[in-house]
Amino acid sequence: MELADFERLLGVWSKPVQNEVEKGAIRKFADAIGDPNPLYRDEERAAKSRFGRLVAPPTFSRTFDYGVIPGLEMPTEGLIHGEMAYTYHKPILAGDVLYASFALTDVKERAGKLGRMILLVFTYKVENEAGDLVQEAKSTVIYRPEGGRAQ
Amino acid sequence: MSAKRYQPGDHLTPLTKPPVTKIQLVKYSGASGDFNPIHTVEEFAKEAGLGGVIAHGMLTMGFVAQMLTDEIGEAGDLLSFGVRFVDMVRPGDIITCDGVVQEVKEEEGYQVVTCDVWAQKSPGDVRVVQGTATFRIPLA
Repeated sequence: MELADFERLLGVWSKPVQNEVEKGAIRKFADAIGDPNPLYRDEERAAKSRFGRLVAPPTFSRTFDYGVIPGLEMPTEGLIHGEMAYTYHKPILAGDVLYASFALTDVKERAGKLGRMILLVFTYKVENEAGDLVQEAKSTVIYRPEGGRAQ
Repeated sequence: MSAKRYQPGDHLTPLTKPPVTKIQLVKYSGASGDFNPIHTVEEFAKEAGLGGVIAHGMLTMGFVAQMLTDEIGEAGDLLSFGVRFVDMVRPGDIITCDGVVQEVKEEEGYQVVTCDVWAQKSPGDVRVVQGTATFRIPLA
């Protein structure tokens, strides 16, 4: 895809996808990071906390299915994750049923040292069943259409 | 529990992680659903010019998140957290996360703390991740 193809998709949101927050998924995610926080795995301890249930780590929403933006074909190679930024509105807890969607919200082309780069900013949104915003994230991905060696 | 009062210039409690391992990258791929082979397949990563597998930026961000949630404790809330991925992390790297308080405000019974946060391979070494985070902790 070229700059103009990406620009055509600006602001087109994926259809929200239902994601159930499973306690096993939380534990595996925390284990992979090596974070021993008991709130991620000790149900009794979590039940006594103000959360009442197991809590998901701050970057756990990375695991969600955000659906598909019709017409968006992301290359599988030559992508570099440049930035990631979260805004947290409510905690994500085991058993939550959440709705996740995303959109391409900014696209720019730059001439870099390593050739032409397309900067893609994706905005991710997670809402609960009541329609309240739980979390937002912005991810900047750098794509080099000519490929070439990653740095 | 009386919360610590933060001041600009205060360091957060640093977190040094065990060396990143290839197994960990496989586990993180599975747990996160990010199966980009540059993180797990040595030949693929070499062909891509990376010289070998590299860690997911999001794994290092997860390390910084661990430092933050350890700092904040159960009573506090992380409000925002963003990073730039500056340099690559490889198996064997020992990552230390750290942060410095930039601003402290009082709002509705909370202290709201904004800090610079980062991760580096060793103190004084180049930062692999650089960002900011804002959290709140009850005052009483």
